[in-house]
Amino acid sequence: MAVDTAGAAPTISVRDLTRRFGKFVAVDRVTFDVARGEIFGFLGSNGAGKSTTIRMLCGLLVPTSGTALVGGVDVTSDPEAVKRRIGYMSQRFSLYALLTVDQNIRFFGGVYGLVAAKLADRRRFVIEMAGLAGREHTLARDLAGGWRQRLALGCAILHEPAILFLDEPTGGVDPLSRRQFWRLIDALSHAGVTVLVTTHYLDEAERCHRVALIHAGRLAALGTPAETKQVFAGRPILEIRAGRPVEAMRLLDAQPEVEKTSLFGTAVHAVLRDTAVTPQAIGDRLRDAGIPLDGVTTVTPSLEDVFLDVIDRENARQGAR
Amino acid sequence: MTKALAVYRKELRQISRDRRTLTTIIFVPAFFLLLYGYALNWDIRHITLAVQDRDGTPESRALVAAFVNSGYFDRVADVYAPAELNRLLDVDIARAALVIPEGFGRDITTGPAPQVQLLVNGDNANTATTVMGYAANIARGAGAALAPSDGMTAPLVSVEPRIWYNPELRSTLFLVPGLIAYILMITAVISTALSIVREKESGTMEQVRMAPIDTFSFIVGKSIPYFLISLASAALIILAAMALFGLPMRGNWLALFAAMSLFIAGALGTGLLISTAAETQQVAFQAAMLTSFLPTLMLSGFIFPISSMPHALQLITHVVPARYFLIALRGIVLKGTPLRLLWPQMLALSIYTLAMLTLASVRLAREKR
Repeated sequence: MAVDTAGAAPTISVRDLTRRFGKFVAVDRVTFDVARGEIFGFLGSNGAGKSTTIRMLCGLLVPTSGTALVGGVDVTSDPEAVKRRIGYMSQRFSLYALLTVDQNIRFFGGVYGLVAAKLADRRRFVIEMAGLAGREHTLARDLAGGWRQRLALGCAILHEPAILFLDEPTGGVDPLSRRQFWRLIDALSHAGVTVLVTTHYLDEAERCHRVALIHAGRLAALGTPAETKQVFAGRPILEIRAGRPVEAMRLLDAQPEVEKTSLFGTAVHAVLRDTAVTPQAIGDRLRDAGIPLDGVTTVTPSLEDVFLDVIDRENARQGAR
Repeated sequence: MTKALAVYRKELRQISRDRRTLTTIIFVPAFFLLLYGYALNWDIRHITLAVQDRDGTPESRALVAAFVNSGYFDRVADVYAPAELNRLLDVDIARAALVIPEGFGRDITTGPAPQVQLLVNGDNANTATTVMGYAANIARGAGAALAPSDGMTAPLVSVEPRIWYNPELRSTLFLVPGLIAYILMITAVISTALSIVREKESGTMEQVRMAPIDTFSFIVGKSIPYFLISLASAALIILAAMALFGLPMRGNWLALFAAMSLFIAGALGTGLLISTAAETQQVAFQAAMLTSFLPTLMLSGFIFPISSMPHALQLITHVVPARYFLIALRGIVLKGTPLRLLWPQMLALSIYTLAMLTLASVRLAREKR
């Protein structure tokens, strides 16, 4: 089972997907499509509804209303068929710690119903892909984080799924392994595998073809990383490096031209309401107030800026209702 | 079926690498057998006996010899002063004291029938009662042997009790079946519940649920290793009890395995049910303790006879599977009871097993909603 549908039809098609737990609406009328071979990032804070959405798309959880087609199959009517078409890997790299690399592969091959010849073939592929040659008989628990992560990915794609769900796949892994991992994801995408990935790392989100921002169960933004940054069109972001950042923030908040501020590491980001005021003018005001400044520059918005901005606006909108 | 096989293989490999589980399953039963087999023993032997023989005739010495030779009493002291007797009993050097009055030898041949005194430490009422029973028997026997059989005295009506199935009244024979039930319950309930909850904790459960494997195959593959191990463990216990404690195996081995399989299936069902409710191993362990260990130990008739429990507790024992299993097991092992006579017990066990498995699968299915 390689790729189900060639061409234009989206591999994941979600319409007004809703899930309630009692009175609580965990996922609220979410609608999006994912094309074949696309890397689709799913961003949101903890409890925003990312995992609930993924669980519905994987056939683990029945939607309260709305529809979701995954690989052309309705997740509500045939969750088992969905499971055959997808691979899933979670942030916990869920492997059996007491089994060797090889035995883990055999087990997952077994539960996916791979026949012996196919399994041997895929086993070779996974070992090579994950760089685990020579470690076939190491217990999974003795593998370092990066290896475990790649083995978990390998186990998730043993059955050559057309669609891959990755739920925060890079937690607790060193930067080098993260980079290696993303290279594998890119390769899978090039081979036509659709990848839906949730992440907390916004630098990883930049590597996605498109991202969806989910907040309080609702889809708050959707588009390519560049598209989502359009919310800052006409609203420059200043990065202020100041000696006393907290005090600087308080002063900036008092300026009529400043819409809002936030801390980015040791720097302060200030979103301006329009382009009427120059960075220099803002810097002068801070200096006049006696705050030692290292520099004020206009920066291009990062996804983190977008993320915070979207959450602010969503909260404001919901507060207004 | 191949998927169930994959789960089965994986589980066996995991168990074989998991020292803790392996120890629990293999060594704990053996340890329990030795511990309970030797320590949990209500037989009364080697009771320390102080003797105050104020008669000093061949007849009185013959009576003392009868006590010692019975094997129940060990003569630890000979005393002459009554105060010394009290002291020996006070400091627990002697658990019983035999006082033979002057003129015992004379009276036993000429009459009137002499009386001897037995002082027994009553701090353990059970033991004291049994000791008195033994002593009375010995005294009666010795008295009859010593008294001249001149045909003058009419023989008294005497009751000669004969005890079947366990003629030596060895409590071990009674306890080992209970021990088997107890051990099977431990290995089956705990290992099933923990193994599934452990998968929940490590996230592998979620991973497996994402795979196209049905609940039935997963459960079957997962429980068969524990089923087989429990059965093997039970067989080992029985063989060990036969070798070490002289447990008879009077019944049919097939009947025995049928009863054990049914009981284990019920225990696996219980473990499964616990695993659907518990999210951590700790909770699972405690739930297993409350629902299986304690009832099996206290309410099954393993240690405390059900008939002497308060009425409310007796009612509760009806839902303790070990209660039925114990009757079946004792019947098969000690009496050689054929399985067809044990149908009420087998039926009760079947109902229990079915109820547990149904409840567990209903709960598993509901997790998706």
